[in-house]
Amino acid sequence: MTATSASLRRRRRHEEVAERSIISTMDRRQPIVRAVVGIVGTAVLIALAIACAGPLLWLFKAATSTSTETLAQPFAFWPSGFHWANIVQAFDEVDFARYLGNTLLVCLGSWFFGLLVATTGGYGIAVLRPAYARIVSAAVLATLFIPGVISLVALYLTVIDVPLLGVNLLNTFWAVWLPASASAFNVLLVSRFLMTIPRDLFDAARIDGAGAVRVFAEIVLPMARPIIGVLSLLTMVAAYKDFLWPLLVLNRPDLQPISVALPRIADNTDLAVLMAAMFISVLVPVLVFLVFQRQFIRAAGSAGALKE
Amino acid sequence: MTTATDVTAPAAVEPVVAPPPRRRRRTPVTWVRHGGLTTLLFFVPLLLSFGYFSWWPILRSLVLSLQQTNFLTSTWVGLANFQRVLADPLLGTAVWNTTYFSLLAVVIGFPIPILTAVFLAEMRRTRGLGSALAYLPVIIPPVVAVLLWKAFYDPSENGLFNTILGWFGVGPIAWLNDPDLVIPSLVLYATWAGFGTGVIIYLATLMTIRTELYEAAEIDGARILRRFWHVTLPQMRGILLIMLLLQLIGTFQTFTEPYIMTGGGPENRSLTILLLIYRYAFVAGDYGRATALSLLLAVALSLLSGLYMWATRRWSTS
Repeated sequence: MTATSASLRRRRRHEEVAERSIISTMDRRQPIVRAVVGIVGTAVLIALAIACAGPLLWLFKAATSTSTETLAQPFAFWPSGFHWANIVQAFDEVDFARYLGNTLLVCLGSWFFGLLVATTGGYGIAVLRPAYARIVSAAVLATLFIPGVISLVALYLTVIDVPLLGVNLLNTFWAVWLPASASAFNVLLVSRFLMTIPRDLFDAARIDGAGAVRVFAEIVLPMARPIIGVLSLLTMVAAYKDFLWPLLVLNRPDLQPISVALPRIADNTDLAVLMAAMFISVLVPVLVFLVFQRQFIRAAGSAGALKE
Repeated sequence: MTTATDVTAPAAVEPVVAPPPRRRRRTPVTWVRHGGLTTLLFFVPLLLSFGYFSWWPILRSLVLSLQQTNFLTSTWVGLANFQRVLADPLLGTAVWNTTYFSLLAVVIGFPIPILTAVFLAEMRRTRGLGSALAYLPVIIPPVVAVLLWKAFYDPSENGLFNTILGWFGVGPIAWLNDPDLVIPSLVLYATWAGFGTGVIIYLATLMTIRTELYEAAEIDGARILRRFWHVTLPQMRGILLIMLLLQLIGTFQTFTEPYIMTGGGPENRSLTILLLIYRYAFVAGDYGRATALSLLLAVALSLLSGLYMWATRRWSTS
């Protein structure tokens, strides 16, 4: 696309006559089409709001109501006023701050190791390309096609007795951080991105006397910033959402992230307090999402592009 | 560049002082001088991470499935683990439940994100808002969402869903406690939790469809619905086929929903294959049997993927 047509397109979008899709601008001039598009569009939006934001609003209501109100009248809006005390109780009685802290540690560690493996590995496969890179890349790719379930038990047995090192990672955060870093998807995402950078750039840097480390630190990392952003979001969200694996390797209650702790305390905690705890656990990712909305959508989109 | 010289295996390197300046000879020393060691260092995190936590566990699964193991000793038992898996009367139940769950999830869950994305693509001003709303359930940790939906499915008259049904004079329904409704209830939740990803991915694909195709169809007299059928869907075919396969592979490994919502009940009617694996390994401590079942599931899924790829390729060439 040339510069002129791009700027033309941008100007057009500015005039609210964006790129076309199934329905053309000419169709939209017809009043019937306009009415149907308007009505259906509004209906879809309302349905999405009720289905997707509704449960979260209800959770907020339940978190600030008493248990009996929630159980007896699920659609009554605060019949006896707001009960902010539930949220205080969640921190006092359930030790919720600790679970939140553990979640933060799990996320940060998974992010760090995920990024370390993906960027260095992606750089090796896409840019350095030694003779064995092909074998490594094929072996990484192969794990993408093998269903994760195959190694669940074997991975658990590996973690409780790491070969050659003989250490037991059970009930340490390493048991969550390290296995999460072995993500073929992440490595692929980075190496695909780096392959689109013209090789002349690296060659020029090499001729100027920059070693592999300097090229990595001063060219690759800054240039890969968009993909690192995408990767950061994906790894953090995955770590925040993960349940089965932390459930297996973090038995000790004082080490558990909220995803493991919540179901454990669910049955013997007052409903209102549980709802308050759940509300806080939702609030964190939702706020992050609202701030980085564009990046999230781009991350999900690029993940989809890779699947294609 | 290093590519031409580092064919030699990364052998132990002695610190030799003055290397011979001949370029053609490939010795460990020239390998190091040409940056081979630095290159290898960049591969170390990946090799360690994948070696320990991906490649080795996969290989070990193959061994474990033929062994009886407690933590101290392992004995070879041949195919006994597989025999014990196949002899378990619960296996049929789990396979049936999982298949039912997956197929129902495709029937209900597959068209919804496609239609949502197509509608959103037509909505110029509210597209961003709509896609953000659709993505909201994906952001929520599944554990919280599952616990929340468990509360919605409260079988009493005052449960949230039953209250809504009550407005229309229906119910109350037992939802998760009803053996016939437990899987549909889980599918309803899973659809809600996952459709946002599909919406975003399809929306990104829809935006790449070339406008000339629509214009050509329009000139040929194709109305809006026919343009959807003859231009939009064929253009999305590639991603639709991949997403369908990924959804099948994902739903065949369903665990969190039945584990937290029902524990596999009532009457084992929501016992999935992964829940059975979990029970074998982490409730009964029978790692060999659990690995054998994992392996069977993995082989089945690989066969499914292979067959699927083969069928779609054949279909697209004919």
